[in-house]
Amino acid sequence: MTAPFRVIVGMEVHLQLRTRTKAFCACRVAYGDEPNTHLCPVCLGLPGALPVLNAEALRLGVRTGLALRCAIAARTKWDRKNYFYPDLPKGYQISQYDKPLCASGFLEIDADDGTTKRVRIRRAHLEEDTGKSFHVAGTKHSRIDLNRCGTPLLEIVSEPDLASADEAARYLEELRKVVAYAGTSDGNMQEGNLRCEPNVNLVYPNGDRTPIVEVKNVNSVSNVARAIRFEVARQDAEYRAHGRTMANTPRSTRGFDDATGETVHQRTKESADDYRYFPEPDLPPLDVDPALVEAERAALPELPRARRTRYVEAFGLSAYDAGVLTADRRVADWYEQALVAGASPKGVANWLTGEVFARLNAESRGIEAVPFPPARLGELTALVEGKTVNAQAGKQVLRTMWESGEAPKDVVARLGLAQVSDPGAVKAACEAAIAAEPNAAAAVRAGKLEAFGRLMGAAMKALKGKGDPAAVKATLTDLLR
Amino acid sequence: MASPLDLPVAELAACVADPRDPLRAADVVDASLRRIAALDGRLHAFLHVDDAGARRAAADLDDRVARGEAVGPLAGVPLAVKDNLAVAGLPLTCASKVLGGYVAPRDATVIARAKAAGAIVVGKTNLDEFAMGSSTENSAFGASRNPYDLARVPGGSSGGSAAAVAAGLVPLALGSETGGSVRQPASLCGIVGHKPTYGRVSRNGLVAFASSLDQVGPFGRSAEDTAALQRVIEGADPLDATSRAFPDGPAAARLAGDLAGLRVGVVEELEVGATGDPEVVAAVERVRAALVARGATLVRLSVPLMKAGIPVYYVVAPAECSSNLARFDGIRYGARVDAPELDALYARSRDAGFGAEVKRRILLGTFALSAGYADAFYKRAMSLRGALREQMTAAFARCDVLVSATSPFPAFRAGEKAGDPLAMYLCDVLTVTANLAGGPAVSVPAGRTRAGLPVGVQLWGPDGSDLGLLALGATLRGATGLAYEAPALAREVP
Ligand SMILES: [Zn+2]
Repeated sequence: MTAPFRVIVGMEVHLQLRTRTKAFCACRVAYGDEPNTHLCPVCLGLPGALPVLNAEALRLGVRTGLALRCAIAARTKWDRKNYFYPDLPKGYQISQYDKPLCASGFLEIDADDGTTKRVRIRRAHLEEDTGKSFHVAGTKHSRIDLNRCGTPLLEIVSEPDLASADEAARYLEELRKVVAYAGTSDGNMQEGNLRCEPNVNLVYPNGDRTPIVEVKNVNSVSNVARAIRFEVARQDAEYRAHGRTMANTPRSTRGFDDATGETVHQRTKESADDYRYFPEPDLPPLDVDPALVEAERAALPELPRARRTRYVEAFGLSAYDAGVLTADRRVADWYEQALVAGASPKGVANWLTGEVFARLNAESRGIEAVPFPPARLGELTALVEGKTVNAQAGKQVLRTMWESGEAPKDVVARLGLAQVSDPGAVKAACEAAIAAEPNAAAAVRAGKLEAFGRLMGAAMKALKGKGDPAAVKATLTDLLR
Repeated sequence: MASPLDLPVAELAACVADPRDPLRAADVVDASLRRIAALDGRLHAFLHVDDAGARRAAADLDDRVARGEAVGPLAGVPLAVKDNLAVAGLPLTCASKVLGGYVAPRDATVIARAKAAGAIVVGKTNLDEFAMGSSTENSAFGASRNPYDLARVPGGSSGGSAAAVAAGLVPLALGSETGGSVRQPASLCGIVGHKPTYGRVSRNGLVAFASSLDQVGPFGRSAEDTAALQRVIEGADPLDATSRAFPDGPAAARLAGDLAGLRVGVVEELEVGATGDPEVVAAVERVRAALVARGATLVRLSVPLMKAGIPVYYVVAPAECSSNLARFDGIRYGARVDAPELDALYARSRDAGFGAEVKRRILLGTFALSAGYADAFYKRAMSLRGALREQMTAAFARCDVLVSATSPFPAFRAGEKAGDPLAMYLCDVLTVTANLAGGPAVSVPAGRTRAGLPVGVQLWGPDGSDLGLLALGATLRGATGLAYEAPALAREVP
């Protein structure tokens, strides 16, 4: 059965670039500080104050554009977007209208069918953020915090290439990873570093299209997916009940309500908003230095998706593990530094995603909290893979390393954890186990192999847990034959 | 004894800076404040006189001189400042009610530079509200008067600054130009007023009217005095991305040199036609004749797009103004008229705060930028402006300087054009093109009419030739003998 309609989602993302100071003045960019403490005549829009471009904002914009495989404009310019709002002190926003800094890029994601999908990026342009308005509940008053005013933003507009709520969520996740890798934004949706507005509609096999709805107020990836799912169901119901299509219904903006999971009508866009764009006369046109673009291109790190593919193809990791390790660039960097000790990439990955992550998760801390250098984990893995210690003892070594920061071989030596694979010692332990567990030995001899574990345990115990499990197993098998 | 205020600025500053000279900044400032007190009731050149601040700054300067410290080229020179330029701690009204109560937190770059050079700010001068007008009658706080005839306007929008210099209240003043607002009042008040090359002087701290046209400009009684202030205020400013340094080039050198061989452009479109004043036409002819007599040649040319100057200007300037003035919304500072709804708060605050001319231009500009109209108005005007620039470059390939009238007529009577915006707009017909094209232009005194009203001549040079033009202004005075003459009113107070 074919689907009754296709879902079409385009995404507009406002990304705060991670600069120390604002886009057009020297005020600090800070989140969560006392309201109205990072202000100057420029970002307050006081009469006579003029904007001066922060070169770092341009650099991060270029770098993000390159990470999204965009073409960077050689010459761009600034425009004013005019509208009145209390959190917009100048009455206009400095933006880029017809000559965006970045255009024609793409971001690859996993499509719902498991293939790779290239989501086309139409454009990405620089602009300044507005302040924030708070409507004080139960009063007629609004409060304004202008600290955010002038924070550099990159507005990233995708083509409507996303075909589901899940794809939209994966697009945002991937975008977040890419900008974190590129080091251009914190990409934190809760703090508003990354804000998105999905545009959603449906197309039916007969060609009918539901009117496009722009959804606002979605502040997490999971809420984006919830909002889109709700919209899909709502638009389909409206279409089937009332025949609402693009042809008979205007575009509209709806707000997402986190509490109900529903979108609520905000306003209808009868015609395009008239922002009276015109070139910003206070800022000269911007010639983007080709040397800057090339330097940023050269400095761009391997991006998460490419790294994930490399981990699968070159290291033989599962797609899942590769995804886990590359989700955060710091983790992936840590992982690769651990590989220098010569252990197998898969072995190191297992230790990292297993024991190390378990410990970090228990402490709710990040990779930087590991108290020893990455190479030490590689050394430990190598000790286990070289059968110097068995896996059980390896875990004890790791725990000790965490406390003392010692090198794994020093822990092994100090605690006497070296694996016993001397055939004489192993054989003696196995014989002792058979003698101590005659019933189990009889059962195994009679073909009841489930009793073998009991003998293994007894033999390992006799070896104080340091026995080479493979050698013990082979010796027991021999003795019981 | 003559007042120190009447000394050339360089001489005055040298005396104040010399610890052995008895003249102190305090005396100079006192003389200025006394003249203001005696005459400004009739002129209304000032909106705010900073008596205490000026005396304090003068005393401080005198202390530094006494300690043997070096002080700048404007040491002790009283300076009047158009009230659309920020002076730290003083009100900044733009002659508008909408800025009621606003006090500037910082100095404009030009003010900081003038102060560092030793100038003493004595007060803020009157202007047409937000610099929109040509008579200073659009001030929300009452019109200024022409010192040569109190029944007439001083021109505008920097009329207060021009009147203050012409009446001898201060030797120097700062104004601003968007479309002739320094040159036209300089012409009507018989003094020198300079519109610098766009970008040569920082706009930081100048309340924007039309950012791509605005420039701060100096006033003085002579070209030398005006140049002294120009030299202090000009130069690239990290706080204004459109500012830059203009090294002295060959064009400036040619203008500053001998008149022999100077190619004087006579532009058909800048000739005062039948609607202009015959005495103005005669004054311009006298100046050109004096130049020719000293070896200059006249080059007749046409810059066809100058005809479009007024229409282009009255699209571009209002368009930018409609955006620049959006910040005066009653939310953060200035006058607010409360209302139950946000949109009504904006509307009422702006309706009560802005005067008729400002509203007219905001409406014009909003219209010119609106979807569906921007192509026919704003974009077309900007394209004509670009073409005009090219025609100007071509013109300056054929001549070294353009010489024309600054204003088609001398000072008009107060109220004469106040009810007719279009007639008022035509005051700028000879000046707006320099703002649109960006080049420097200066208005210098060129005698008086039989009725005793000053007439000005405009010298317009290629981009960056500012100091050459001012030097030519001084040469021209030597050649013609036409100089600033104090009005009768100025002689009332020593
Ligand atoms: Zn700031």
